[in-house]
Amino acid sequence: MEKILEVNNLQVSFDTYAGEVKAVRGVSFHLNKGETLAIVGESGSGKSVTSKSLMKLIPNPPGRIVNGEILFEGKDLVHYSEKQMQKIRGSEISMIFQDPMTSLNPTMTIGKQIMESIIKHQNVSKTEARRKGIELLEMVGIPQAENRFSSYPHQFSGGMRQRVVIAMAISCNPKILIADEPTTALDVTIQAQILELLKDLQKKMGTSIIFITHDLGVVANIADRVAVMYAGKIVEIGKVDEIFYHPEHPYTWGLLGAMPNLNEDAGELITIPGSPPDLLNPPLGDAFADRNRYAMKIDYQMEPPMFKVSDTHYASTWLLHEKSPKIMLPDVLKKHRQTAPRGKQNEHLAKRKEQREKLLEIKNLKQYFTSGTNLIKAVDGIDFDIYKGETFGLVGESGCGKSTTGRTIIRLYHATDGEILYNNVNIHNKKSSLDTQKLNQKIQMIFQDPYSSLNPRQTVADIIAEGMDIHGLSINRKERLEKVYDLLETVGLNREHANRYPHEFSGGQRQRIGIARALAVDPEFIIADEPISALDVSIQAQVVNLLKRLQKEKGLTYLFIAHDLSMVKYISDRIGVMYKGRIVELAESNELYQNPLHPYTKSLLSAIPLPDPETEKTRKRIKFDEKLIWNDEGEEPVLREVKPEHWVSCTEQEYNDFKNYFDVI
Amino acid sequence: MGRYIFGRIGYMLITFLVIATFTFFLMQTLPGSPFNDERLSESQKERLYERYGLDEPAPIQYVKYMTNIFKGDFGVSFQYDGRAVTDIIGERIGASAVLGAQSLLFGCIIGIILGIIAAIKHNTAIDYMAMLIAVIGLSVPNFVFAGLLQYWVGVKLQWLPVAFWEGFEYSILPTIALSVFVIATIARFMRTEMLEVLGQDYIVTAKAKGLNQFAIVMKHGLRNAAIPIITILGPMTVSLLTGTLVIEKIFSVPGLGEQFVKSIMTNDFPVIMGVTLFYSILFIGVVLIVDILYGVIDPRIRLSGGTK
Repeated sequence: MEKILEVNNLQVSFDTYAGEVKAVRGVSFHLNKGETLAIVGESGSGKSVTSKSLMKLIPNPPGRIVNGEILFEGKDLVHYSEKQMQKIRGSEISMIFQDPMTSLNPTMTIGKQIMESIIKHQNVSKTEARRKGIELLEMVGIPQAENRFSSYPHQFSGGMRQRVVIAMAISCNPKILIADEPTTALDVTIQAQILELLKDLQKKMGTSIIFITHDLGVVANIADRVAVMYAGKIVEIGKVDEIFYHPEHPYTWGLLGAMPNLNEDAGELITIPGSPPDLLNPPLGDAFADRNRYAMKIDYQMEPPMFKVSDTHYASTWLLHEKSPKIMLPDVLKKHRQTAPRGKQNEHLAKRKEQREKLLEIKNLKQYFTSGTNLIKAVDGIDFDIYKGETFGLVGESGCGKSTTGRTIIRLYHATDGEILYNNVNIHNKKSSLDTQKLNQKIQMIFQDPYSSLNPRQTVADIIAEGMDIHGLSINRKERLEKVYDLLETVGLNREHANRYPHEFSGGQRQRIGIARALAVDPEFIIADEPISALDVSIQAQVVNLLKRLQKEKGLTYLFIAHDLSMVKYISDRIGVMYKGRIVELAESNELYQNPLHPYTKSLLSAIPLPDPETEKTRKRIKFDEKLIWNDEGEEPVLREVKPEHWVSCTEQEYNDFKNYFDVI
Repeated sequence: MGRYIFGRIGYMLITFLVIATFTFFLMQTLPGSPFNDERLSESQKERLYERYGLDEPAPIQYVKYMTNIFKGDFGVSFQYDGRAVTDIIGERIGASAVLGAQSLLFGCIIGIILGIIAAIKHNTAIDYMAMLIAVIGLSVPNFVFAGLLQYWVGVKLQWLPVAFWEGFEYSILPTIALSVFVIATIARFMRTEMLEVLGQDYIVTAKAKGLNQFAIVMKHGLRNAAIPIITILGPMTVSLLTGTLVIEKIFSVPGLGEQFVKSIMTNDFPVIMGVTLFYSILFIGVVLIVDILYGVIDPRIRLSGGTK
């Protein structure tokens, strides 16, 4: 294999007022011609900084490459001048960024933006560049490329914009394409399309791809080789099968264990305790030692070298040293090798069915918004019940109305039509403020973004106790503080944290504060609106485990709103799938994943990337054509129960077909 | 788009009516009279009142005034015996408009350049220098600059005339004196906006394409940074075009600002009203232009036939 890029001992630092932050601490890897190397890691692991350094796109000051070599076709880019780099950027190495909503200039037509680099690097006329631009747009799958050439970015959807960004990046046939979390901001079905497009383009053009991501499912789908980064270093690197089936580094074990498996009803997710080290003062020995349950004395004293596992597989952990004890791969990780579905939860659910009582009933709920003269039907007539003590998952892609549903239930919006019964009482016609206040206490919310949902000017104690103050739940200061300490400990923080401010905490810790705030008023029902989507994988698992534990201890009922289907499947008892303001399918979570009936559910499920290279290689994505079900002619599909507890939006004819299908089985 | 502008003009008309009504009744409450001359006898005064229709009750005067406005008649001046208000404005606006337009143009160009340089050389000596100039421009009143310019450039160096309005060279010093404020304001805004824009993802995208710094700033930065600048440009234009009395006075420019002050001193109601309404028409017009300009610069708020 020919190496196109070789990085040796790359070190990148940022000079801040507090001191030098060593973001990348000696990274070495190579990239072969035509392969895809995935760099995985959590936020702050240095994966993005590494990739930007390859193109010298690190803003300087404050960032600088301290040491190391970046050999591109044998030439060291570290010593290239800005002028020389401009020739490389966009023509030899190009980049795709994370958020297609912000990575295109809003005031310039996409055509001009694509032509820009063609004109810059290929020395062609404007008409020629235009012809090439249209060709590129067709290549990345933008319909009516010629007409859309002079459209502005805001006239495209997120997925289409990312295609435009890709068209821009490949416009000069680059030898290396760096994709920095290119699908993180997209819905799963769009993500699947973009991944297919990248693979397709790679096949056609033979480009080498460096793919940065935190999503192991995506890695299993696209990568030939994988590098796992932690605290500015590569801790394990190898072929995709080696990393997924024979991981050697305990951090890799943790990452893999933190992902719920769709075919398994595991108990608790494996978590990696704690959070990543501060790179202002990186620890002396192995940076992962503090979070490593197998840490040895040497881990705190010396950095482990890269141990060779096979010709292609290296890992940096003292566990591989010949003198260290042999540790068996944790059991939970073995699940990634087996795919046989099981169904043990059903009996346990059936038993509960007899005694369960409805906590929340939603009947024909509608929530419309007007914007100018347009009527937006965010939620368009949905019905479902939530039973006491269960977790009801609501999934769907962005814009399907799932968050609006949550907000309408908690009465942040005034429902356009329909009823919401809480303990058999309609809560949307409540006039008296006393009743309203009581309800506010019983229903609480956890928000998506732990950074913007906490007031930065309030101490943690005040944030948590505010609800108690409003509802008059604490009699005096001492009691109030005691309760805050209690809550902090319940969510896994310390009492010392009470007097600090939100910016002193990491994302995962902030989300814990958000949970403590919701719990402070002893609620019965919690609406969690994408509570983990802003967090890293290992932190996600911590928060999900915490939510599960609290549910058990306090008998809480959850409405769990999310777009991450594997996590929803893991936490929910029953799941409702929303599409364009309506529920198209509703069933127990296992039933839904094993027997999806609605074409939209099928396509959604088929698009989730799983952290298992074997299944990813054979995956067949089911494409969803909305014309199949949303035509205006004929009968309007209605939610019908085709099997006990399994509801699907279908027509009379389809209903009978489903019935027959189940009778045959 | 057409429907949008049509609707906007309707609103402008209502705004104008409200302003006209408000200023009319405000004038009624002003103390004093335009004919307070001690040499005039009571009967002479009465005749003057009758001649200008001031003896009639306020509501009737109001109705008459409003109907005349829509015929384009803003009444006649009291101080310049019988001259139409529109003539007075027409005669005076020329110098003010030329002076205002020049200083706006000059101020914007220099301000934008200064702001961009400060943003690119962020946190360096050049940046601090540019912002020092901006702070001085904002905090020192323009009549101080006017005086300094007259003394150094006009008197000491004898390069340019210090007063009157008899050709382009006469307009140079007042233009510079007026534009100091524009330069300072625009430069500060431009720096802040440009810094923000240069931190956006699409700038990194442009850099990753291999564009050089100059192309990035001019092609990708400027247009995006200009969007908020247009907002402050509206009111600034009005205040400059309609004359600034201090500068006009210092350089003896026969502009509207100077006339306005004179009219207030003599209780010349029709001229005060006329100039006020003229200001408001200009202002309302500029606000509309600014809103349309937004659409031209930022395609995201461009209106497409009222459907979206």
